[in-house]
Amino acid sequence: MLKSALALDEAANRKAKTKLTIEGVGMRFSEHGKSVDVLDSLRLEVSEGEFVCILGPSGCGKSTLLNIVGGFLKPTSGAVYIDGEQVDGPDPRRIFVFQERGVFPWLTVEGNVGFGLFNLPKKEKQERIAHYVKLVGLQGFEHSYPQELSGGMKQRLEVARALAVNPDMLFLDEPFGALDSITRLVMRGELLRIWEAERKTILFVTHDIEEAVQLADRVVVMSVRPAQIRRIVEVEIPHPRDISSPRYLKLRDSIFDEIGLAHQV
Amino acid sequence: MKRWESLFWPALVAATGLTVWALGVRLTHTSIFPSPVSVYRGLVELVSKGLLWRYIADSLFRVGSGFGLALVTGVPLGIVLGYYPVAFKTINPVIQIMRPISPLAWIPLSIVWFGVGNLAAVFLIFLAAFFPLVMATINGVRNIPEIYLRAGHNFGLSPAAVLSRVMFPAALPQILIGLRISLGVAWLVVVAAEMIAVDSGLGYLIIDSRNAGKRYDLVVAGMLLIGVIGLGLDTAIARLDRLNFIRRGKSL
Amino acid sequence: MENKDASVVRVEGKHVLGSQRTEASASAIRLRMNAAKYAIAPIAFIALLIMIWQVAADHQAVAILPGPWAVAKGITELALNGLLLKYMVASLFRVTWGFLGAAILAIPFGLFLGWNRRAGAAFGPLIQIFRPISPLAWIPISILWFGVGDLAAFFLIFVASFLPLTLGAMSAVSRIDMVHLNAGRNFGLSKIQLVYRVLYPAVMPQLIVSLRITLGISWLVVVAAEMIAVNSGLGFLIIDARNAGNRYDLIVGAMLMIGLIGLFFDTAMRRLEKLPSVRWGYGRN
Repeated sequence: MLKSALALDEAANRKAKTKLTIEGVGMRFSEHGKSVDVLDSLRLEVSEGEFVCILGPSGCGKSTLLNIVGGFLKPTSGAVYIDGEQVDGPDPRRIFVFQERGVFPWLTVEGNVGFGLFNLPKKEKQERIAHYVKLVGLQGFEHSYPQELSGGMKQRLEVARALAVNPDMLFLDEPFGALDSITRLVMRGELLRIWEAERKTILFVTHDIEEAVQLADRVVVMSVRPAQIRRIVEVEIPHPRDISSPRYLKLRDSIFDEIGLAHQV
Repeated sequence: MKRWESLFWPALVAATGLTVWALGVRLTHTSIFPSPVSVYRGLVELVSKGLLWRYIADSLFRVGSGFGLALVTGVPLGIVLGYYPVAFKTINPVIQIMRPISPLAWIPLSIVWFGVGNLAAVFLIFLAAFFPLVMATINGVRNIPEIYLRAGHNFGLSPAAVLSRVMFPAALPQILIGLRISLGVAWLVVVAAEMIAVDSGLGYLIIDSRNAGKRYDLVVAGMLLIGVIGLGLDTAIARLDRLNFIRRGKSL
Repeated sequence: MENKDASVVRVEGKHVLGSQRTEASASAIRLRMNAAKYAIAPIAFIALLIMIWQVAADHQAVAILPGPWAVAKGITELALNGLLLKYMVASLFRVTWGFLGAAILAIPFGLFLGWNRRAGAAFGPLIQIFRPISPLAWIPISILWFGVGDLAAFFLIFVASFLPLTLGAMSAVSRIDMVHLNAGRNFGLSKIQLVYRVLYPAVMPQLIVSLRITLGISWLVVVAAEMIAVNSGLGFLIIDARNAGNRYDLIVGAMLMIGLIGLFFDTAMRRLEKLPSVRWGYGRN
């Protein structure tokens, strides 16, 4: 089942340019003589401009995978290639969006958004900051500190900060996890709006099946530890997606089944 | 960092320190400042004269008394001030003014009140240990989450039971931190108090060794003893900390 | 779904702003009223204590200890003959230079020890042994090396401040959230940029607390040092006033001044903790 899914995958992607390649990546953590295999020979290709969700239960290693792709961890086997170059450390061309606590509390909204722009001349820097503050809907709060903002606003600030340096790729690690479910729905819409405006390649880690199906072009369903790719689900529904439509529900249910969850609570 | 390294590096630093010390003494041809060896010999001398243990015991006794007094007066006061905001707002400014006054500045007054001797020294230690303990207890009580107290009342506990079964355990981590700081301060001050107000103990040893014959080897020996014993006291109380945490569980 | 999102966002933004504004003005008024009300209680308490003090002083068997009025007169006397100012300046001078000197060396040292695990392990035990040694235990050595005078006082304050500040800096580094360091690296900061654009602002709140506490310690020590090792300053005043005629009114007056100056330092440092670029570091919001 895995083989056919991958083959379908590759055929579809042959048209778009490959941005990211995960090649046989495995990760083993050793402590006090005991070792745990968290990831096991993962292979994945992501095309430019794609929105890919990595879906799995908590603790299955998807955050570890994202950290490896982002260059914050070195895999114990295999390698990751972006634009053909091997990843060996963090890089401003691919920005990691943590949950809202990644925002720098000692800087204002302006300070945060402009954080990565230290090489720009003053005028251009200010224009960029203004543009991205507006894009995420934080106008009026330029001089506020993160502690004065709500959780959703802090999350948007972090996205603005990431976008301001114009990266090729964005990695988001359960960014909406700390928000209430209403704000989460709003934020998903915001993220899609921004993605359609700027067309970055996005890798989004989540444990929420609905979220994955609402957002992604492709959903990579992970197994439990040692994590492997169980299945890759293509979501070929154009945005805006109707979350009541039969097509959406069918895809969602197929993932429910894949993971083995009942349809009734 | 490997296990052997956590022993190696400090040992290296210590060895380097001792070497620099010994060389410094030799190269500057100082006749007064002691070398590591002479400090060691001084310690041996104190032991053989039977003075060492007596001095240590005296200092520990004074610390114990002053600290104990601060404990039985400071913790209850702290609980009261922490729980009743009105009491706090009234009394706190006085505490804040008294707190920065060095215990040693109290020496003349304490001599007038208690004469020269153990009592004066214990009073100074009490003063030094009192304030940090009160402040930490106040903090501990103030930071008790409201929900714990509500749960206590919800289950029908009497005020005394709320105090002993909810408030005290909840404030305990902070109080223990206060105890640790307080004991450290008490140890600092006992040494200083002895330099002035009594005639035995480690602080006395330091001053007396210098005044009665420039025995700097004993001065430095005394300092090192103070350091090591102080570290021992601190470690002991830190262990207490760990025990309680494991048993009662820190707040979430 | 998109339009709905936009309006929710706008509504959310306005809602927060609007409520913030009315909340702010309402609570400001409440604060001012409360401040007035609450100032009465401590002032009344202090007044009560002073009265008790006066009564106790008047009814002493032997008239040694001064009442509040005598102390006030004593302070005025010192202010008038210039000694109060002279001694205050001397004490403040010593504290400032000893403390600053220690801070300039101890903070980078402590940051380094906190950052580099091997260095921290190497110096840890040595620090733990020296920490409990009272600065006053250093007096014989300081007199040996520097004689009696300002230099000895600086040395003592330096010794008293150095280790607490080092430990404070080490502790501050250990509390840095890795997320911020990772974000810094992600944006392409060099090692040096990482230090002063992420590490330094991230440790600031803890450093300021450490500075405040150590300044308090310095103030305690300078007074004690002056009682023993120098010939001027508020600490010396206490000893001198006793030796030259049992002037307990001056002694208590000096103690009061010491307390007030110490309180002033503490309050000023706490103000620093309210700065917005640092305020985030203290407790829950």
